[in-house]
Amino acid sequence: MPDCEVLQDREIRDLLPETAVATKPLALPELSEPDVVRHYTNLSTLNMSVDTHFYPLGSCTMKYNPKRNERLAGLPGMAHVHPYQTESSLQGMLELLYAMQEMLGEISGLPCVSLQPAAGAHGELTALMTAVAYFQHRGEARTKVLTPDSAHGTNPASATMAGLTAVTLKSGADGCVDMDDLRSKLDEDVAVLMITNPNTLGLFDGQVKEIAELVHDVGGLVYLDGANMNAILGVTRPGDFGADMMHFNPHKTFSGPHGGGGPGAGPICVNEDLGPFLPKPVVGLRDNEYYLDDDRPLSIGRVRSFFGNVGVLVRAYCYILSHGPDGLKKVSEHAVLNANYMLSRIRHILPVPHGNRCMHEFVASAETLKKNKGITAMDLAKRLLDYGFHAPTVYFPLVVPESMMMEPTETESKETLDAFCEALFRITEESSETLHSAPTTTLISRPDEVTAARKPVVTWNPGD
Amino acid sequence: MSYFFNTESDIAEMLKAIGAESIEELFDVIPEELRLGRSLDLPSAMSEIELTRHMGELSAKNKSTESHLCFLGGGAYDHFVPAVVDNLAARGEFYTSYTPYQPEVSQGNLQAMFEYQSLICGLTGMDVSNASLYDGASAAIEAVLMCRAATRRSHRVVVAGTVHPEYREVMETYLRELDCDLVVVDSEDEVVSPAAIEAALDEQTACLVLQHPNFFGCLEDMESLVATAKSFDVQVVQIFDPISLGVLKRPGDLGVDVAVAEGQSLGNPLLYGGPYLGILACRESFMRRMPGRIAGQTVTDSDRRCWVLTLQTREQHIRRDKATSNICSNQGLFALRASIYLSLVGPEGIKEVATHCLKKSHYACEQLESKGWMRRSASPFFKEFVVRDPRGDISACLQTAEACGVLAGVPLGQWYPHLEDCLLIAVTEKRSGQEIDRLVEALAFDGEPNETNRRLDRPHLQSASQSL
Repeated sequence: MPDCEVLQDREIRDLLPETAVATKPLALPELSEPDVVRHYTNLSTLNMSVDTHFYPLGSCTMKYNPKRNERLAGLPGMAHVHPYQTESSLQGMLELLYAMQEMLGEISGLPCVSLQPAAGAHGELTALMTAVAYFQHRGEARTKVLTPDSAHGTNPASATMAGLTAVTLKSGADGCVDMDDLRSKLDEDVAVLMITNPNTLGLFDGQVKEIAELVHDVGGLVYLDGANMNAILGVTRPGDFGADMMHFNPHKTFSGPHGGGGPGAGPICVNEDLGPFLPKPVVGLRDNEYYLDDDRPLSIGRVRSFFGNVGVLVRAYCYILSHGPDGLKKVSEHAVLNANYMLSRIRHILPVPHGNRCMHEFVASAETLKKNKGITAMDLAKRLLDYGFHAPTVYFPLVVPESMMMEPTETESKETLDAFCEALFRITEESSETLHSAPTTTLISRPDEVTAARKPVVTWNPGD
Repeated sequence: MSYFFNTESDIAEMLKAIGAESIEELFDVIPEELRLGRSLDLPSAMSEIELTRHMGELSAKNKSTESHLCFLGGGAYDHFVPAVVDNLAARGEFYTSYTPYQPEVSQGNLQAMFEYQSLICGLTGMDVSNASLYDGASAAIEAVLMCRAATRRSHRVVVAGTVHPEYREVMETYLRELDCDLVVVDSEDEVVSPAAIEAALDEQTACLVLQHPNFFGCLEDMESLVATAKSFDVQVVQIFDPISLGVLKRPGDLGVDVAVAEGQSLGNPLLYGGPYLGILACRESFMRRMPGRIAGQTVTDSDRRCWVLTLQTREQHIRRDKATSNICSNQGLFALRASIYLSLVGPEGIKEVATHCLKKSHYACEQLESKGWMRRSASPFFKEFVVRDPRGDISACLQTAEACGVLAGVPLGQWYPHLEDCLLIAVTEKRSGQEIDRLVEALAFDGEPNETNRRLDRPHLQSASQSL
């Protein structure tokens, strides 16, 4: 720190009441700069990441994170901008965010956009709150949210937080909505049906339009969980297949990055009837000037402070502009091609119960291996780590026993996919003992998660 | 442009293996009537060179804390970010990894999360911390929801009017459909009156939400406010400023039950408001009710110490509609940045940063008062204060200051109509005495800016640093 230069003759106690002032130094470590650099550099090497490994984690869309986006998001007029600057000092930023609203509206087919939600789950909650406000405005007090049993857990959790009641909808064997169960649960109390399409099995639910019509017939709304948008960019749009609301996961679909678990962002798109109820502010354009539109009397209000996870949105903007309309469609084409190729190569070892084709991901089952050799999905996942691959998502969705959900994304080459498949083949030839004890080449072997939860140690204690 | 790496012959082989004639065939499952049938109406693709030019142009249309001196606060601050933070957080092994679902290959992130939790406990004096939430406002509302659930007093929450207005708006949005009254205790002064708080509390109140230092930068009378809340057995949620703890008593020392904060100040860039870092720390008895992820220490079968995500039965992927929250992420990269920052500055460093903020803001305030920009309140403040524009034209004032190269302050009229002629001014350790004098000149300035006061005499730093 430089010299303080000002008020050098005054002490803390001259400026603050004694009762408010700390009496002892903070309990923080004292480290040299090189020690900090070494510590965190060494920690980083203990992670698998997209930059270092193939990461076919189903439902998470672990695609390559373009380096150019990192550099451009770090430009001073992007990174070093205060949220309470005057609008006139932010015209470039507001122009970008306005364009982002327009582009997401076009990609989704749902023209009204809020960039405020901070994550996908936050987008779900925001959209449900928006729906509640919409119904109230119409004098309706609907209470139910239908969520398929194959849906992400955030769907029912968001419903509860929005003051609604989650009702579980059965899926058929193919993970698609069971139409009879849907019909039996549809009534005028249903506010929203939340659907993931392509669904968590990586299948496009072709009944989606009919589902939407049934929901609309009882006056309900359809929410699309946008987790799987990487499969359908420029091919079909949620707004065109009957969705009224959706969220995007820019950290997935538009190359994030994931940041070790966040931050992401969860912008939502809704149809014109719901638009007035979206959070405020949104970016408006008037006389060639961009501005923050706060004058939205029907808005549900704010769901977070300031504008939103702008740093993530800037990268998503760069990603969309890098691809253009044809490039985005190609993203989905290659994501689907890669997934189908992987499926075709491994299904003789790991059957895929729901067909020979998939969209951007598929769910294989280790059930036969388990029956014949006692090898579980978890064993395979752990052994893959030894072979230098991140594991697929395992044991989700629950509708497939010993499930392994694989999403290669479009940014992997055939060569990488082949290497992964070969590794899987070799692993299934290995003894069950070898697999049960995997991983053996990583820093640690399998941790004791039960003790971690039973006797939680969540802060460092000197002496531990 | 493209990030696809299959050659034409690769594609042919892949299609052959799949048994498909073309890529289009793979989309046959999507009914024709649902297809878009046209190209998306988006700008055409840009090469890296074109995109770099385009983003440079957009960036240049913004004033920034690098082109201008920043005295803006209100929950986001222009604190200094050491190069080490940017450098380490730019490692791909950190920022291109995901949630540590496979602990064997995520010990770096898990240990970092555990250390973050430990550092936050050391900083706040609280028992336990989660691995972070979206931002300060989300941490505040999640704290409120946690107190409602823990106390089973779900119908009444009291919040001081001196709490950040946007945080209160978020609370209002979340609580509207949850059958819960959000009682705001307004105050004429820039601190909340303990008597008014006492009048608002009752035995059915789940929690009292206070901000200290508050939105106006002032210190609340925490001792009596906490005592009052305790007399009704009401939980106290304190929104704190992490940097202030270099000089102020910690939330844990003040006896609060939940401490939440916006962690942007701890080594995170301004980013026009996000992503930021929601800090939530609390008493141990709340541990199993905390929202969000938590890293825990355990051992392997060979008794080696290691870390995992733990207490997951609280979370949505297991509990679904009964989960403590729908949150299924943490601001991992920003929590990491905060940890690196705290490790670098240490106890002495954060005290020094806080002392600079304290002295420099008081110097700025004294100088402004000497030019007729008076404070309305006599309450002690930490690094931010409210002054009244003697000419009563805030927006003209801000424009003039901007033309002089200064982002002078946050106008308060949008939230507090009676403060329409007031500015909230924040001074961080980054400001030199000379720069503060420039603020004073810019605000006292009464005329057209000319070339000398328009341009700042310092190089325009081209920061291409990694900063989310």
